[in-house]
Amino acid sequence: MLDLIVIGAGPAGITASVYAARKKMELLVISKDIGGQAAWSGDIENYTGFQFITGPELAAKFEEHMRKFGIRLKEGEGVIALEKKGAIVTVTTDKGTYEAKTAIIASGKRSKQLNCPGEKEYKNRGLTYCATCDGPLFAGKDVAVIGGGNSALDAALQLVRIARSVSVVNITPRLGGDPVMQDKLIQSKNVTVLNNASVIQILGDKFVEGVKIKKENKEETLAVSGVFVEIGLMPNSEFAEAIEKNERGEIKINAYNETNCPGVFAAGDVTDCPEKQIIIAAGEGSKAALSAFRYLIQHNF
Amino acid sequence: MDKKVKIYSTPTCPYCIRAKQFLKDNNITFEDFDISNNPAAGEEMVAKSGQMGVPVLDIEGQIIVGFDKERIKEALGV
Repeated sequence: MLDLIVIGAGPAGITASVYAARKKMELLVISKDIGGQAAWSGDIENYTGFQFITGPELAAKFEEHMRKFGIRLKEGEGVIALEKKGAIVTVTTDKGTYEAKTAIIASGKRSKQLNCPGEKEYKNRGLTYCATCDGPLFAGKDVAVIGGGNSALDAALQLVRIARSVSVVNITPRLGGDPVMQDKLIQSKNVTVLNNASVIQILGDKFVEGVKIKKENKEETLAVSGVFVEIGLMPNSEFAEAIEKNERGEIKINAYNETNCPGVFAAGDVTDCPEKQIIIAAGEGSKAALSAFRYLIQHNF
Repeated sequence: MDKKVKIYSTPTCPYCIRAKQFLKDNNITFEDFDISNNPAAGEEMVAKSGQMGVPVLDIEGQIIVGFDKERIKEALGV
């Protein structure tokens, strides 16, 4: 019987697994990918110890750290259900069933969709949710970034170096996100910020050719060949049916990373922890692992 | 005989990195096209796959979009 199953291998899940391995817990990590959202980030300048590192580089360092401990990893598996039966936590994935004495849910968040006409048809045909991955395909082209928070600013800042022009379509009256990033964006010559603007439809033929927006009750069309959707995130928490969540679907935890279900802990962006940052997710992951360790001792497992 | 394997990628895409690592782990020789500095390869990729997401693998003419481990294994016969 495993001591612990960690669901997710982003900053929270990887840090939890490193702490658990150092406590010599028998553990298994199950994750769709490695690095989580950190792997999709552009430039990171606020992870202590690294004045500058890119998302993929930091994710590679996280992975290397995890691999050093020889932690068992099931990559490419999606968790379908998590249940507590008696003292045992059962995790069902699209490939198998696993049992453990404890679990840490660190499954993170995924991109929200626009839910407008054209979004599905043009996904990967000019519409993308990952500027880091697909940005280079739009070298010298006109693109639009949808959103006005940190993810949108990050995407736009990556794109200003590649694309000919970047239009930021922001639904609120002014940009959100970090002021440092806002300043950088405003200083870029090839950026237009459209506030109070919402997306109505993605237009095109075989590939994206434009985006129809509504700004102050007037409709207009931006001629772009790339649309980068960065309108926020939703938690990957649906599989944990019996676990209590807030109105946003985030798993409720206390200061010890405990959920409403004894033996089931949660950490990082999937939780109601107030700030979503790589360094916070990593710290929360370590806390969750230590709490799981204490739980095992207290319950004489 | 070894199958001819091409991968269209960008240096910053996590799934490209994982796909290339997977090929290396299986001792598969491949040709890597970095479309971030090779627009012609980018156009070739779009023409072959009918879409613009990376990575795209071309295994003896069979086009696989994304790091789809099972399909890649099948196409390679590993």
